[in-house]
Amino acid sequence: MIQEFKKVWKQYTIGMVWLLGLLWPMLGIHADGTLTFQKTITIWSYILAGSFVCFMIYIMKSGSSFKFIADPVSRAANGVKSASAALPIWVWITVAVVLALIYPQLAGRYGTDVAITVLFYICLGLGLNVVVGLAGMLDLGYIAFYGVGAYTYAILNVTYGLAFWVCLPLSALTACIAGCIVGYPTLRMRGDYLAIVTLGFGEIIRIILNNWMTLTNGPNGILGIKPIGIFWPMFENGFTFEHIWVKKLQFFYYFALGLAIVTAIGVQRLNFSRVGRAWESIREDETAAELMGVNTFIYKLLAYAMGAVFAGMAGAFFAARMKFVSPESFTFLESAMVLCMVVLGGMGSIPGIILGVVALIALPEIFRELESYRMLVFGATMIIMMLFRPAGLIPAKRMGTRSEEKEG
Amino acid sequence: MSLQPILELKNVHSGYGSIKALKGISLKVMPGEIVAIIGANGAGKSTTLMTICGIVPIEKGEIYYDGKLINKVSAEKLPTMGLCQVPEGRRIFPRLSVMENLRLGAFHRDDTDQIMKDIQHSYEMFPILGERKAQQGGTLSGGEQQMLAIARALMTKPKVLLLDEPSLGLAPIIIQQIFDIIAKINKEEDVTILLVEQNANLALQAASRGYVVETGEITLEDEAQSLLTNPKIREAYLGE
Ligand SMILES: Nc1ncnc2c1ncn2[C@@H]1O[C@H](COP(=O)(O)OP(=O)(O)OP(=O)(O)O)[C@@H](O)[C@H]1O
Ligand SMILES: [Mg+2]
Repeated sequence: MIQEFKKVWKQYTIGMVWLLGLLWPMLGIHADGTLTFQKTITIWSYILAGSFVCFMIYIMKSGSSFKFIADPVSRAANGVKSASAALPIWVWITVAVVLALIYPQLAGRYGTDVAITVLFYICLGLGLNVVVGLAGMLDLGYIAFYGVGAYTYAILNVTYGLAFWVCLPLSALTACIAGCIVGYPTLRMRGDYLAIVTLGFGEIIRIILNNWMTLTNGPNGILGIKPIGIFWPMFENGFTFEHIWVKKLQFFYYFALGLAIVTAIGVQRLNFSRVGRAWESIREDETAAELMGVNTFIYKLLAYAMGAVFAGMAGAFFAARMKFVSPESFTFLESAMVLCMVVLGGMGSIPGIILGVVALIALPEIFRELESYRMLVFGATMIIMMLFRPAGLIPAKRMGTRSEEKEG
Repeated sequence: MSLQPILELKNVHSGYGSIKALKGISLKVMPGEIVAIIGANGAGKSTTLMTICGIVPIEKGEIYYDGKLINKVSAEKLPTMGLCQVPEGRRIFPRLSVMENLRLGAFHRDDTDQIMKDIQHSYEMFPILGERKAQQGGTLSGGEQQMLAIARALMTKPKVLLLDEPSLGLAPIIIQQIFDIIAKINKEEDVTILLVEQNANLALQAASRGYVVETGEITLEDEAQSLLTNPKIREAYLGE
């Protein structure tokens, strides 16, 4: 016991010294060549004090000298857990939807803006989840399909004046075709190779967008995209429908919310269907899946295509919202970001992915003052996540739940 | 018993690129039989089964199943036709539950009610799977995984079952259980079985006929009883 504590303290000390070594170059070395220590030491001592307290609590807890607090706390936690289990899932969904509906009334313009971004990323995360989480194919070029969807709407709208609702299915279609084109030759590859090839294809699509001046206007992007138009019932002089543009952010929020809900339902239904079962078998063991009569080729292609469809629809909404698209929005970093959200949240789990998106989009917004530390915090969060929740924030409830439902 | 073989290989060649693993395999399986293929490591036993199932592409020769040439039939169509394999190393779906694994065996079927009945039937045949139905496949013991792999293959409603080393890595008592089950499947469910084994003794006791494979070729074919008493076989495969 004593031996163990000694070891732990030693590691703690080394860790803190290492942190100091890491912190000082960032805080103490200035652009003009001067060196300071004051700020580093202050911040470091705060962290030292904070972590010391956490550490003490941890040790006392593992030495169970905290029983008098820990017991009631864990009992309370269990209580909450059983309460949450007692309420059926639709209660939670209803609460979430109602909250989402009244959200723009509570939040300001800025809050709504962030929320719309979050909703877009939820669509992307859920779509990527089909490819990565369900079919188990690592795709590093996913954002390209988002770009294809966005550009489809942008070009059709600006050049041919087609309305949003006409373009939405077309965006989905072109993204789907792009997905098949990328998917078809890559399907023979597995694991690392697939990841690298998709990375390449993603870049190729972006570079095409960047260089095909006549079609995409190159790096300048496409300006003047019309927002969504809808027919709104009017009661002023009789009952008529009037065509209006969805320009207000608040209105647009509801469209983004609608898209996210449609995507979530779509992914959920796919997951619980025969198709989802085929995808999961491919993820688990491709040869075995084939031996059991799963046409792995078709289902892998379908996974690609479905993922691309969700991204393409989100892309059309993105273009309508921004009224401007350029290749810069569809870089590899975005693909990596979406992948992080899926992994962080928990592959294959819809609530997990939603949480992952919120964690990676909304939290950095909240901590905006930290600015340059955001990436540090980001990295630290990822490492901590890997240590404590390797399967994601809300891991997919795979084991049996789905089957038992069917049986019951 | 009809005289037409349900599965027949004629001079089958296949391999992996430049590696020629099969150099002219010919064998016959009659309906209702248990046939064993024995041979040393790397002889080409697994490759034979994978070639039958269309996973390893055939280069030369013909494979007939139920009188039809299946050389060009793609792997995923065979379970529908009643030909299914329990691959070497079991290859169950590790992160799916036992129940999900079984449902995947019935992937090509759409008679949901009958599927549910068949799953119940699997639980009766393998009570341990019934107890573990919500458990992840990968967390089962080796013997349980082998049972799951067999049960999963049975969910396809096979007429011919190809079994690749069902005794691999299992304790003698479990092996005995597995072989009892194999015999039972053959008799009660009327499934023809082509059995690949390293454990020649066991395989030949369970089978009616046997083939010996050496470096991609059939070197001997006989009644199982005669193979068991054949001095050469006793020396090479039964360790005497
Ligand atoms: N995926 C592969 N790629 C290349 N060569 C392979 C592959 N699989 C098997 N081989 C080769 O084909 C030959 C036959 O292998 P196979 O797996 O059929 O042997 P086996 O009789 O099943 O042996 P064991 O009893 O050890 O399972 C071996 O020489 C092996 O090295
Ligand atoms: Mg083998």
